[in-house]
Amino acid sequence: MNSTTSALVATSSSAELFDCRDAFSQTLMALAEQDSRVCAVVNDSVSSTKLKPFLGKYPKRFVNVGIAEQNMIGVGAGLANGGLVPYVCGASCFLTARSMEQVKVDLGYSKWNVKLCGMSSGMAYGELGPTHHSIEDLAWTRVIPNLTVIVPADPAETAAVMRYSLDHIGPMFLRISRMPVPKVHPEPYTFTLGKAPVLREGNDVTIMANGVMVARALDAAASLASSGVSARVLNMSSMKPIDKEAILDAARRTRGIVTAEEALDAGGLGGAVAEILALHHPAPMRMLGVPDVFAPTGSAAFLLDYFGLNSEGIHAAALDLLGVR
Amino acid sequence: MHDLGALTLGADTPAQPEVLLRKANQIRLSAMTMTQHSSLGHTGGDLSSADILTTLFLGKVLNLDTDNPAWPQRDRFIMSKGHCSGAFYSILAARGFFPRAQLSTFMDPLSQLNGHPDRNKLPGVEANTGPLGHGFPIAVGCALAARMRGETWRTFVLTGDGELQEGSNWEAAMTAQHYGLDNLVLIVDRNRIQQGDFTETTIRMEPLGAKFAAFGFAVEEIDGHNHAALLNRFTHLPLESGKPTCFIANTIKGKGVSFAENKPAWHHGVPTMEQLILAASELGLENLDDIEVSI
Repeated sequence: MNSTTSALVATSSSAELFDCRDAFSQTLMALAEQDSRVCAVVNDSVSSTKLKPFLGKYPKRFVNVGIAEQNMIGVGAGLANGGLVPYVCGASCFLTARSMEQVKVDLGYSKWNVKLCGMSSGMAYGELGPTHHSIEDLAWTRVIPNLTVIVPADPAETAAVMRYSLDHIGPMFLRISRMPVPKVHPEPYTFTLGKAPVLREGNDVTIMANGVMVARALDAAASLASSGVSARVLNMSSMKPIDKEAILDAARRTRGIVTAEEALDAGGLGGAVAEILALHHPAPMRMLGVPDVFAPTGSAAFLLDYFGLNSEGIHAAALDLLGVR
Repeated sequence: MHDLGALTLGADTPAQPEVLLRKANQIRLSAMTMTQHSSLGHTGGDLSSADILTTLFLGKVLNLDTDNPAWPQRDRFIMSKGHCSGAFYSILAARGFFPRAQLSTFMDPLSQLNGHPDRNKLPGVEANTGPLGHGFPIAVGCALAARMRGETWRTFVLTGDGELQEGSNWEAAMTAQHYGLDNLVLIVDRNRIQQGDFTETTIRMEPLGAKFAAFGFAVEEIDGHNHAALLNRFTHLPLESGKPTCFIANTIKGKGVSFAENKPAWHHGVPTMEQLILAASELGLENLDDIEVSI
């Protein structure tokens, strides 16, 4: 079996780690500088969104609605009605779940140009327990018509997605982690909506990951290579629209697909890929995510390991799919 | 401009309360005719809100451009009680946002006139409403946008009273007072009846005005059927500098039609053709032709 490594991409083993919220907040500042329509809305989440510098520089373009997420979404829609481009930022668990009807009606259905920034998503707040985990958000948001859903993997992609978001007219959900991750993209990076970049070429199996799982997928591909398995790695940051052609291409050119996400098995990336394969090109799959349980307590890193959401888990799933023991 | 009926409200004609009353009654009959057509609708709230809507849209309160509905400097009007779409669509047509003939497609298959308004389908609709408690937060955002951009346009939002049981309204109220949004006008259609029963029997709302005052609004109770009073108050805004305005507009659900007045069952009652003819008579309109809505 052959394995080819993309020259562009680092694996995570070299790993200085970065909090993507820094790239998020720095890029939002830059966008505000270049476009006076850009404003921010938070739900008392000034620190957790890392928007203190924004508040300091643009106090009149910063709205803190307090702990009031339903109102926060409506206020965002109203600001968009008034010609502004609001970035509505809060912990993803509250931003999505608490205000789901507003996200559906005020954003998806109404098509207001509002950017939802779901911070500290997945199990980033691991120790705080399932109330603060946001592993359902991908399933919830991706079923809403007109809502674009993006899960960036590292600081360069987070910055690129933020830059892209200002040019994109329409509601978006950007899922941004606080769990430190290694760089997997070169800087500066350009994000393309609906495209799944190939981070590593391979012929035997395809690993599709998003968010914090991308670096782990690259690690798994490296370890698979040393086991003689050639794994292709795709970054599925564009959850909606999803890159159907890349999925079908992977199904045709490799022997199966392993998906990996910091989210519920149900309704997330694995579900989205399975829907396309089932209709157009059935292929063996393994889905790595959180099963139908509320997670126990522990750090984000602990919980990812607990659920097998690491390079070893991906490695094992790929071998299982290929029938290699 | 498409006016309802024979009475014309020209651009240079001052809004006369007696003219507004006749216009409002035409809106009432138009809404009831639409509900009779589709066998669906919200007669009680259509009738209670008709005078408020007529004063805002035909009394030259709202600064709008029907030729350019997205005119950035327009006043914003958010119909939070989106279920009263019969009255809302009728007033939008009366103001000239779309031809009155379109009203006869109310809730038909593929009609642009959904049971609840969709801004992407109809000009003049600022927000997609229907689920309650959405309009007020959106209005707060509109008012914040004007403030942020240094613009002078105002934002008006009409809510039901039962609607205020949704907590999102009180979240919005806190934001409005904190930012001192005196470019925001909340009008509560206080008809005292919600879908199932009277509001005070369902869940007590009084003292409603005092609640908004405690939330930092300048509050005034007004007769929601008195066009002269409505016109006077709507043209002397804000009530208090630095505070959002709240009008508790006391109304009668089903106003103007004896068999529907103050009856919870008429929240979404559908009139028969005989009832429609009786309503026309009680509203002082000789017959259905008076509204030029052909069903």
